[in-house]
Amino acid sequence: MADLSIELGGIRSPNPFWLASAPPTNSGYQVMRAFAAGWGGAVWKTLALEPIVNVTSRFAGQNIGAYRMAGMNNIELITDRPLDDNLREIAECKAAYPDRAIVVSLMTECTRESWHELVRRCETVPVDGFELNFGCPHGMSERGQGAAVGQDPELVELITRWVKEAAHVPVIVKLTPNITDVRYTARAAAKGGADAISLINTLNSLMGVDLDTWLPIPHVDGKSSHGGFCGPSVKPIALNMVGACAKDEQVGIPISGIGGIADWRDAVEFMLMGSTSVQVCTAVMHHGFRIVADMIDGLDNYLDARGIASVREIVGQTVPRFVDWNDLNLDYKIVARIDPELCIRCNKCYIACEDAAHQCIDRPADPRLAPVVDEEHCVGCNLCQMVCPVENCIEMVRVDAGDTVHTWREKLTSVP
Amino acid sequence: MDFPSVSLGPPIAKRLSRLDVQIEANRCLNCYDAPCTRACPTSIDVPRFIGRIATGDLVGSARTIMDANPVGASCARVCPTDQLCEGACVYNADHNPIRIGDLQRYATDWAIRENATLFTAGPPTGKRVAVIGSGPAGLAAARELARWGHAVTVYERDAAAGGLDTYGIVPFRLPAEIALWEAEQVRALGVEIRTGVTVGRDVDPAALLAEYDAVMIAVGMGAVPRLGIEGEDAAGVWDALDFIRTAKCGGDVGRLGERVAIIGGGNTAIDAATCSRRLGAPSVTMYYRRGAERMTAYDFEIEFAQLEGVEFRTFVIPKRILVENGRVTGLELLATDPAGTARPLPGTECVVPADTVILAIGQQRHADLLDAFGVSHDVNGIATVDEAMRTNVPRVFAAGDCTFQPGGIDAMVVDAAQRGKDAARNIDLLLRAEVR
Repeated sequence: MADLSIELGGIRSPNPFWLASAPPTNSGYQVMRAFAAGWGGAVWKTLALEPIVNVTSRFAGQNIGAYRMAGMNNIELITDRPLDDNLREIAECKAAYPDRAIVVSLMTECTRESWHELVRRCETVPVDGFELNFGCPHGMSERGQGAAVGQDPELVELITRWVKEAAHVPVIVKLTPNITDVRYTARAAAKGGADAISLINTLNSLMGVDLDTWLPIPHVDGKSSHGGFCGPSVKPIALNMVGACAKDEQVGIPISGIGGIADWRDAVEFMLMGSTSVQVCTAVMHHGFRIVADMIDGLDNYLDARGIASVREIVGQTVPRFVDWNDLNLDYKIVARIDPELCIRCNKCYIACEDAAHQCIDRPADPRLAPVVDEEHCVGCNLCQMVCPVENCIEMVRVDAGDTVHTWREKLTSVP
Repeated sequence: MDFPSVSLGPPIAKRLSRLDVQIEANRCLNCYDAPCTRACPTSIDVPRFIGRIATGDLVGSARTIMDANPVGASCARVCPTDQLCEGACVYNADHNPIRIGDLQRYATDWAIRENATLFTAGPPTGKRVAVIGSGPAGLAAARELARWGHAVTVYERDAAAGGLDTYGIVPFRLPAEIALWEAEQVRALGVEIRTGVTVGRDVDPAALLAEYDAVMIAVGMGAVPRLGIEGEDAAGVWDALDFIRTAKCGGDVGRLGERVAIIGGGNTAIDAATCSRRLGAPSVTMYYRRGAERMTAYDFEIEFAQLEGVEFRTFVIPKRILVENGRVTGLELLATDPAGTARPLPGTECVVPADTVILAIGQQRHADLLDAFGVSHDVNGIATVDEAMRTNVPRVFAAGDCTFQPGGIDAMVVDAAQRGKDAARNIDLLLRAEVR
């Protein structure tokens, strides 16, 4: 059994799996259930000095084929329950599960006094850290909070500094992806004294339009507004942003990864890309808290199979390999090879290459025979392998000598 | 006409649930040059119709099916899909092909339920075509010709259109309303279907040749031939097709008794057997002259008959039908050569009791009608056609069962439909050349 415990900017938890600040952490009842199921930490649904009012009809799912909730969009805001109720339940959860991390997400108006007051009141109960919600893209941003703050590096730095003045526990800054380059706000958080960053918050989104009524989805009495998009579909965007922050020397603080993490495999990828903990929401909204048992089991078995003693050892291992395009080896050459024994003759590779790639898969006249790659013209784009429904049927094989490296950057610098 | 709705118990085909449809339609890989389409005699673009189900375009899905196969709703019930589309599905590598037939039924059922208009007639060419017979081949030809603007008249001897699909397949396999809907689709294109008219008796073939620019013969097959054994005229002896037709039309088949004996091993024999069971016969046995593996019935039909409680006796041939007071009491059987030649072995006589005997040993051909048109045929009365479905008589084409050799793999509804389409295309080529 590998050691799954982690420490993020001074916040400890028995495993890296935290619930993100979201509907699953709305109440003590839910967080108790989550801890009973095995979650290592929970970021409480964002607290404010005064509760807000939420609309009804709040979520919408993105279904792809028969797969439901590949993504989800929400227009729910922060907690709509009184601060004192939340604080009492936080204390109860911490008493029942002292080894778990309870991080409290905060949002308030953009004044020093307001932030100090919120921190002060929240520290009347035993919290392990704060997460500043600078990311919520909908609703609160129209009141100058959430993403409205998180899109301005100066405000991020300023508010982080205010919170650090008052807080006695570590402070995480949660970043919005609705920005041109997330490194700027990440650097601002670090400059303001944040102990860690978490990303990504949700992406601006509109889930859909009803083909019968022509109303936007979801709608509130016939109208909708943009929401926050999350779930498996956003994972590649989140992973890129986590990697961008992880390799940026001016950021330089630990990362809690968020965005489409649904199982232990996703978690490992985020950790290799620089996340110390990972936060999950949509997968729980889809399947319930019980999924954490499989995440812990899968991660543990993965580490054991590789003889890795602690999950902390994998954090950031892939980051040095996440480089600029200019540093990629232009001499590296792979081609596709199709295994005729495994091939089921669906010809997906053929038509993909023919219509959308480089016309280098040939079909024998006899349809019973497998397609064949014209290796001389194959550019190694992977498309055929991507569309192939059979695992390992199409292999990408290295064909260059493997002893030379030439990059675009070299070409740029070699020009006199 | 009003056709009695007779079901004789629950249908064989189970309706897919919405969830089943969603999962199954989305499981399709959308293969390129898909093997399922290649395996379909009518070349239905299977991935396309399944993809349209997946996106909720059911009218597009039904149109894709029915465009390729004018009797696609019937075929979704009677096709041996495990030998055709589903047998070719790439998922057979995992023994889990897409349930293409079920999805095809889902889409066509939707079109029937919604009374969807799928096709329109083409601009009139001024050419007239007579189609004799409204079974799968005749309907397919008429539908295609009408879409291309030719004026089509279909002559049908029965009271309702649809031929074998309407009258000759048990209702729990293929309800009459499905075949009648397909005929209505053709009628809605302006095709006149004259039912209750027998060409050669009510209408002179020579008059048809004079009146129309082309004639298409799609008369299918006739009655079950006689065995030529003693007792064949007794009460309780049935031609299997008469038996099925009577039952499907809600007619009275009389008292079947305790034991029903079916002679034959094809799909019609199976239908007669399962029909007998559903009409309440406690014991139904199929007697077949060769081994079970030689039976021409589809495997899934044989399995279904077994599930319905039909028993099988192979390597036997009837020697005579035992009769008392003008009514069947039993069968005297002879064993046949175990090598499968069907040659009876003398001295092996045995008697089995039977209250009803149903003969399903193939069907006769309408050689007299072919003769009336001067159409060449072989000794069995099977019309001789070329690859364009042309007979030896100019402007006379033929397709469907009246052109198929017995026991051939192509004696299926779906093949008849395709041959009907082929004939229509060649008729169209002929007539269009004259219009120009």
